[in-house]
Amino acid sequence: MPQNDAVSLAQAISDPARRSQRFIWSAETQVALGDLGARSSLDCSIEELRARSVLILTRDQLTAALALIQLDGIARRLVLCPPDVDAAHLPFVTATAEVDAVVSDYAPAEMGAAQGGRFVACSSRTSPTDDVRGEQRATEWILFTSGTSGAPKMVSHSLASLAGAIQAGGHLAGANVWSTFYDIRRYGGLQIFLRALLGGGSLALSSEAESTTAFLTRAGVHGVTHMTGTPSHWRRTLMSGMAQQISPQYVRLSGEIADQSILDSLRAQYPRATIAHAFASTEAGVGFEVEDGLAGIPASFFGHAAHGVELKVEDGSLRIRSARTARHYVGNERTALLDADGYVDTGDVLELRDGRYYFSGRRGGIINVGGLKVHPEEVEAVINRHPRVQMSLVRSRKSPVTGAIVVAEIVLKPELAATAASSENSTLKAEILESCHRALAAHKVPAAIRIVPSLEVTPSGKVARPNA
Amino acid sequence: MSVSARSTILSQFAQVAREQNRKLAPLSDDLVLMDSGLDSLCFAIVVARLEDSLGFDPFGATEDARFPVTLGDFITFYEDAAK
Repeated sequence: MPQNDAVSLAQAISDPARRSQRFIWSAETQVALGDLGARSSLDCSIEELRARSVLILTRDQLTAALALIQLDGIARRLVLCPPDVDAAHLPFVTATAEVDAVVSDYAPAEMGAAQGGRFVACSSRTSPTDDVRGEQRATEWILFTSGTSGAPKMVSHSLASLAGAIQAGGHLAGANVWSTFYDIRRYGGLQIFLRALLGGGSLALSSEAESTTAFLTRAGVHGVTHMTGTPSHWRRTLMSGMAQQISPQYVRLSGEIADQSILDSLRAQYPRATIAHAFASTEAGVGFEVEDGLAGIPASFFGHAAHGVELKVEDGSLRIRSARTARHYVGNERTALLDADGYVDTGDVLELRDGRYYFSGRRGGIINVGGLKVHPEEVEAVINRHPRVQMSLVRSRKSPVTGAIVVAEIVLKPELAATAASSENSTLKAEILESCHRALAAHKVPAAIRIVPSLEVTPSGKVARPNA
Repeated sequence: MSVSARSTILSQFAQVAREQNRKLAPLSDDLVLMDSGLDSLCFAIVVARLEDSLGFDPFGATEDARFPVTLGDFITFYEDAAK
């Protein structure tokens, strides 16, 4: 497969026979891939960024996409910031990833102390350039893992580990029109960006500012053939009443547990499409793809290598070994990403029932709300700051909309609990919710708070967690 | 029952919109839910709170693979489940 041999993204799209009529579309504009050899979105010659460790921090996805295409093969490292990166963490990122150039469409002043070395402005517009790419290198890609609280965790990938095709050829290669609800600055979206570019296709990017209806309409206009998102994205599509705007050949769900109900609903909506659910994470890479229309993973997927990936269950959780896993953590090399046998522990707990494995949650109680991860401890810390709260337990509750939502149980301090009237309790709940809204992202705020007389505590003095 | 399900649903829409700082569109039965001003997270919260106040979740209960598109569909789901 040509995509596995490509030294860089630019080289992969340079084949004139394949690049005509290929585009990346955003909500506002479009870029013809064939134009990129003679045009640049960067405010400097690529020569100035050669062999540097380059932080890419952009407002929108298209701007990041153009920078990635131009700098892969040129930079020593590309550090790709996800859309929600906290500016307060940028100095840590810069130091840890040894960043010596920043490519951004933010003004330098907006980035505060984050600037490391050379600053280069970029945009989603291109202008003519006489850049010569010259000799290309295998650039290291640094991605942020999802769902960490506190300082970001970063892992090291390469174009090969990110793009190694699970199913060489097949229906995923060719002049497909890809689209994804994901942001391409995160692993799930980046996969689709690379599949589109390396497989000879085009890509319609999503936009945070765009409604589901507008996005589906635009995807329909571009003739999207391959579309990916979380089960929550797909539920939103079915609820929009505009699902018929697209007629994909291939629909993929990942990032959350795909239940039978959403698989059946998509089958009914898109009777001719392949409906696949897949597992992938920034650390473990792409693990598997299930195309039989059923929830869960066939047990036959485990215990042997298939498509270069080996899966096993150990201590209850899914472990993956393949050339597509990340290599190591960045700046924290002592924390092992791979076990002695080269497997990544995904932390996703599996249960075997009737010949199939089903996800039952995450070790450590991490809650997945529509694809966004929540550490219960982070929410509990905010709740516990309330003077009347003695202790709290934040846990997952199943949701037919987002897969799971966050709920909290709280125990009041004894001297206050005895006197509390129910009207005071609703005031108290409102106060706690308000402090959560102030301190936390919306998906981390409990949907419901229940006052309970007590919570189970383990012998080690911690609140007992279900599924932990 | 059906009247109370409707009013409980409408008041939850208003309550969650207020909490999430979202501007709620005028509520009518033909309003497309995705145009109501609420996002997926808001709907997840509404469904969870309705399960607490009404005692059931018609989406979790049904084998029927369909999703409500309009506010009218949404209310009908709850009214049917309450029968």
